[in-house]
Amino acid sequence: MARSPLKTGRLRLIFFAWWLVWACLQILLIMRFGFTPAVAAADSLVTNTLLAALCWFVANTLQYYLPKQERYWYILFLSLGLSSLLLLISRWILPPLIGDRQGYSLFFSRSWPVRFDLVFLQIGCMSILSVLWYSAGEEQDNQRRKSDAEKLAREAELYKLRQQLHPHFLFNSLNSISALVGSQPEQARSMIQQLSDFLRGTLKKEDQQWVNLAEELQYLQLYLEIEKVRFGHRLSTEVTCEGISESMKLPPMLLQPIVENAIKFGLYDTTDAVTISIRTWMEDGNLLIAVQNPFDPETSKPKQGTGFGLSSVQRRLYLLFARNDLLGTVVDNDLFTIVLKIPQV
Amino acid sequence: MIKAIIIDDEPLARSIVREYIQSFSQISVMQECGDGFEGIKAIQQHKPELIFLDIQMPKINGFEMLELVEEPPAVIFTTAFDQFAIRAFESHAIDYLLKPFNKERFDKAVQKWLDHHAVSSAGPQTQSLLETAAEMPAQNSRIVVKTAGKIKIIPIDEVHYLEAADDYVKIHTRAGNFLKNKTMSYFEKVLDPSQFVRTHRSFILNVQQVTRIDPFEKDSHICILQSGAQVPVSKTGYAKLKEVLGL
Repeated sequence: MARSPLKTGRLRLIFFAWWLVWACLQILLIMRFGFTPAVAAADSLVTNTLLAALCWFVANTLQYYLPKQERYWYILFLSLGLSSLLLLISRWILPPLIGDRQGYSLFFSRSWPVRFDLVFLQIGCMSILSVLWYSAGEEQDNQRRKSDAEKLAREAELYKLRQQLHPHFLFNSLNSISALVGSQPEQARSMIQQLSDFLRGTLKKEDQQWVNLAEELQYLQLYLEIEKVRFGHRLSTEVTCEGISESMKLPPMLLQPIVENAIKFGLYDTTDAVTISIRTWMEDGNLLIAVQNPFDPETSKPKQGTGFGLSSVQRRLYLLFARNDLLGTVVDNDLFTIVLKIPQV
Repeated sequence: MIKAIIIDDEPLARSIVREYIQSFSQISVMQECGDGFEGIKAIQQHKPELIFLDIQMPKINGFEMLELVEEPPAVIFTTAFDQFAIRAFESHAIDYLLKPFNKERFDKAVQKWLDHHAVSSAGPQTQSLLETAAEMPAQNSRIVVKTAGKIKIIPIDEVHYLEAADDYVKIHTRAGNFLKNKTMSYFEKVLDPSQFVRTHRSFILNVQQVTRIDPFEKDSHICILQSGAQVPVSKTGYAKLKEVLGL
């Protein structure tokens, strides 16, 4: 809920200054009708103190109760009611206080419509300003809530995308381990280790924390080792990095789905041995990563065979950079290459 | 002696089947195969009674391989994770092994087959399984045929049209014609209806190939394809074609 405008120091000062100016003006005005300064001051002080109190009241009341519909009618009637109240009270106080000096009673009873108009105008202004103030506050709250909700949803989506490890990979790896346990228990143990490190890596990473390229490549190596155990001599890999440095960074878990896609594409589209090559370099302040796999142009069209891997990467890049041009593909004879561009910030 | 063959693209996955099967002294493993092509050859050569078959394999999957085998032997399927295949197995009450599986589960599957294989043949059950499996996403995008002893994979976009030919369906493509031992209604069911329209009792055509539709005799039309081929269109076929083309 928005705070009352009169709780802010600066606005309080403006409120008081306004009051003072208005009170002085009224004193001068009444003196022009031939009253002594004392009478004018008494009149002005009583009227304007009451007015200030009512304005204060209006500003605070609207904080707690602001009708959603018909709010302008509400303001109108509230101002009318309060103005009448003020007039009644000052009528109670002023003539008895001042008495009939210099024909004050007559002056008071003749001047009440003008007094009412002025008071009504001021209270009305105060109400409208308060309503605008609170509406703006409410709007701000809504905006904040909305952007918070959007942020949460985006984070949840990113989290989900990171989590989408293919169960196919997991179960097949477990099956390989199961086979190794009988014949090569040492190798089984090392594969369990690799699989655990790999899984731990996927769980602990958060999107906000970018990782070093070197770190990510090391992590990718774990994944490649597991796949090599699964597919034996059919799969080999080549990783080339040009001038790798500490400053090259990328969002976590972006590379793995691309390599996974390349392996799947390569291994399931041919029956021969397959080499997956990964190359990284810098260009125009962007980190570029190319992942290449062979395919059979006779039987498949790479455009269609992207599967889940690439669309999720594309989506993540969009959520992270709001750009759709960071992922490109190149088809050259029987080689399919994905080029990933990561702007370095 | 019962002859068996193991077909799986992962060497370790094959080795575990081989290891488990040693306790069945009456079964001997004739060969291990790393893909469906090897599998077909090995089945022709050894005529095994039982095969252990993985679903996801290079080029052609386990189901497509079975389609190409003339008299498929009994199959124990092994798969790690394939929701579609598992649904197909469940709906045909076919036993399958989910990787990783333990020795007990494996023994149970093999024992069950040993108990039944003498009294019933797996043929009809396998056939109906393959009909269901043909709707798998991977298989929707290609047709696998055998021609002169060789296996040919035809991407679906390269098919011009299909023509009924006795017990076979003739598949017309840029690279020539191929026969497949299926029915027209099978292809009508399996192929994507927004791309393939049965324009005639004996013809299904790929709408992407159409260049012109000309009137022909009373109530019927003729479609000219990019290849120059002419495909007859019946009255009801014309209505279907117009709908798919959005005319």
